[in-house]
Amino acid sequence: MAHAAGAHAVHEAPTGFIRKYIFSLDHKVIGIQYYLLALVAVWVGMILSLYMRLRLAWPTEEFPLVGGVMTPEAYLSLVTMHGTIMVFFVLTTAPQSGFGNYILPIQIGAADMAFPFLNALSFWVTFLSFAVMLAAFFVSGGAPISGWTGYPPLSAVGEVAGPGLGLGQTLWVVSLAIFCGGALLGALNFIATTLDLRAKGMYLMRMPLTVWAWFITAILGLLAFGVLLAAGVLLLMDRVAGTSFFIPGGLVISEQIISHKGGSPLLWQHLFWFFGHPEVYIAILPGMGVVSQILSTFARKPIFGYRAMVYAIMGIGGLGFLVWGHHMFISGMSPYSAIAFSVLTLSIGVPSAIKTFNWLGTLIGGRIRFTTPMLYALGFVSLFVTGGLSGLFLGQPSLDLYLHDTYFVLAHFHMVMGVAAIFGIFAGTYFWFPKMFGRMMNEPLGKLHFWITFIGVYAIFMPMHYIGIAGHPRRYAETSGVEYLGSLQPVHDFISIVAIVTIAAQFIFLFNFFWSLYHGEKASVNPWECTTLEWTVPSPPPHDNFGGHSPVVYHGAYEYNVPGASQDYIMQTSPEKVTH
Amino acid sequence: MAVVLALAITVITLVSMYLFTVKTWWMPPYISEYGQAYDQHFMLTLVICGIIFFLAQLGLAYAIFRYRDRGQKVHYSHGNNTLEAIWTSATAVLFIGLVLWGSHIWARAHLQEAPAGAVQVEAWGQQFTWYFRYPGPDGRLGNTKPELMKESIGNPLGLDPDDPASRDDVVMPVIAIPVNRPVEVILRSKDVIHNFAVRELRLKQDLVPGLENRIHFTASQIGRYEVPCMELCGLGHYQMRTFLEVMSEADFENWLRENAPETQ
Repeated sequence: MAHAAGAHAVHEAPTGFIRKYIFSLDHKVIGIQYYLLALVAVWVGMILSLYMRLRLAWPTEEFPLVGGVMTPEAYLSLVTMHGTIMVFFVLTTAPQSGFGNYILPIQIGAADMAFPFLNALSFWVTFLSFAVMLAAFFVSGGAPISGWTGYPPLSAVGEVAGPGLGLGQTLWVVSLAIFCGGALLGALNFIATTLDLRAKGMYLMRMPLTVWAWFITAILGLLAFGVLLAAGVLLLMDRVAGTSFFIPGGLVISEQIISHKGGSPLLWQHLFWFFGHPEVYIAILPGMGVVSQILSTFARKPIFGYRAMVYAIMGIGGLGFLVWGHHMFISGMSPYSAIAFSVLTLSIGVPSAIKTFNWLGTLIGGRIRFTTPMLYALGFVSLFVTGGLSGLFLGQPSLDLYLHDTYFVLAHFHMVMGVAAIFGIFAGTYFWFPKMFGRMMNEPLGKLHFWITFIGVYAIFMPMHYIGIAGHPRRYAETSGVEYLGSLQPVHDFISIVAIVTIAAQFIFLFNFFWSLYHGEKASVNPWECTTLEWTVPSPPPHDNFGGHSPVVYHGAYEYNVPGASQDYIMQTSPEKVTH
Repeated sequence: MAVVLALAITVITLVSMYLFTVKTWWMPPYISEYGQAYDQHFMLTLVICGIIFFLAQLGLAYAIFRYRDRGQKVHYSHGNNTLEAIWTSATAVLFIGLVLWGSHIWARAHLQEAPAGAVQVEAWGQQFTWYFRYPGPDGRLGNTKPELMKESIGNPLGLDPDDPASRDDVVMPVIAIPVNRPVEVILRSKDVIHNFAVRELRLKQDLVPGLENRIHFTASQIGRYEVPCMELCGLGHYQMRTFLEVMSEADFENWLRENAPETQ
């Protein structure tokens, strides 16, 4: 239940540089550390995708840093590392561990997370994981070529199956296992904090939807990362200790007999996707929370259907654990279970649709202010709808018979969990930057960045649907090996050119971010006229957030334009009466 | 800003939808018994998604334009339970109905066995090539042994010379089948996971080492169709391609005879 916030400021404000900024126990510093880790990771992941696009459009050209013409195996290691880095170190790290860490305790009126030491430990474990992952580029054989899904036997049997499958693949799986450790610590902390450290009056049904999203995401993380950790350890054992969890008997690779026997490649797929599908929601739920918050704030109107939104988050989270089989329709899994998985998969479209309807309902009747965070939140809604709808195709095993492993799949998940989630991160960045760093980001630059990015991502990922319908397989280094792909090459050229422009536009964001840190306009306590608790404390907040006093909460998070109120928003901490 | 954003969303929506309708990049004509039902259900899903896409995006564009800040009064509301109930049940019925409506295609391909008398072909994937094995005149696929799998001595599938059933097996790098006759393909892999996909059949199935996955179909058009590997199998994945050759019954028998092993 709710506690006095000040009681949990178990650690004093540190004075030395190292304890203040490096090995800090302050959730705000740790949140920023996670965010900056994700910022580095997203640039690495994006540069990898740039090289992929260069290879796809100009397969015979030489590009800097690759040493000659890029080989097919180099392309596949880009595929693998781009996917892995983006999913784990960007989409899992920034929205949940970054923003969640910084904002959640303040939004519920706490002085810090429940376990500050675990919090610091989880960040440094994640940092170690990232270092191990990057090391895979620099070892003999290079980074692995088995994709971010790392399907055995390809990922299990070692270098005999291809370059990068030796030490590089081992580092990859070790890194994932370490990452799981960090994610589990973080998940525990988020759950305990949300349940135990809420301020007086912060009932569950008064929590901002951001808190709900981080809370449910933490539960998903707790249930999913344990399974990936187990799968990762088993794969590591297959690779280094001679076990055969995932390697069946009788394999012959390059005329060499593989001595393993008795394992099942599908076992890995079940374990991986039992993690992997909830992971999609781990990436997107926090974005949904942020978008709900921002839409309501800048439409100056209460969120439409708050309770339905909470139940939808729970519904998505719960159903998210029951649909993993839709990644395996054509794997040889029981065809009967495919029917069950498909019905559950399409069911998850229902809470997703509820959220979309409620976002539209929030806008209708409002008075919309088009700030940069609002543009990104609106962009998120558009992209989420677009990406979600292609899921209606892929969730049906009948249609997956043709579409599986084509660019249609690539288009689908990049739209919905890639760029939509990234738009959530951008929205959160422009929205909370003033609180986190005490200065506003530059609005004209932010808007320029939005326009190029929004049109860019549509121009990149929409055409992938079309070449997917034409049957273009994923993970092809070039189109030369299959005759019918020749006619699709111009689409690749187009996508690559747009990708170069869109990636270049991200320098605008980077410049805006660092320029604003030092030269941005000073932020007031509540520059967006928002109602939640982080906007009651200075920007940036002091070490214990509320300066030793304990906030008391009187309202839900979305009281905008209440009839008869003194101004167009009522803070959660304001004792002013609201009569519905 | 509001006008531009509403316009941008509208233009993106209309252009995207237009490019789905012109079918410049599209599925090739089908040649299997699943094709007609597949294409119909694909179109049904496309139309439903198209309508939702259009309404949702233009609804968003409209809200952006109509409710931009012009100093108007905000309608204070926390929602409407009737509306929530309506759109929850409507989407549930629509989405679950859609998947059940189309599941007969899956059932026909995977819940039904191959008809008796189907031509049996065993497909083998290996990095980065294909082999297809036919049982020969005795109608039986013989034993194979991993330790005998050596392309260098002309025995890529490890046919066991001690098994009489193996001696007449026909092994080819492409798959030929007779037109208008049911075919069952037994999918196996020597090394890693591969995928057998023929766009014109509207079928796709993994070749998983240790498993014997099966698909069955009847091809109705004589011709040569590409079979690209669709599951990441290593550095040569993009080159792992073979052909499905659909022939007349007589040509197929000839083809089998011509390619039969010389020593019986």
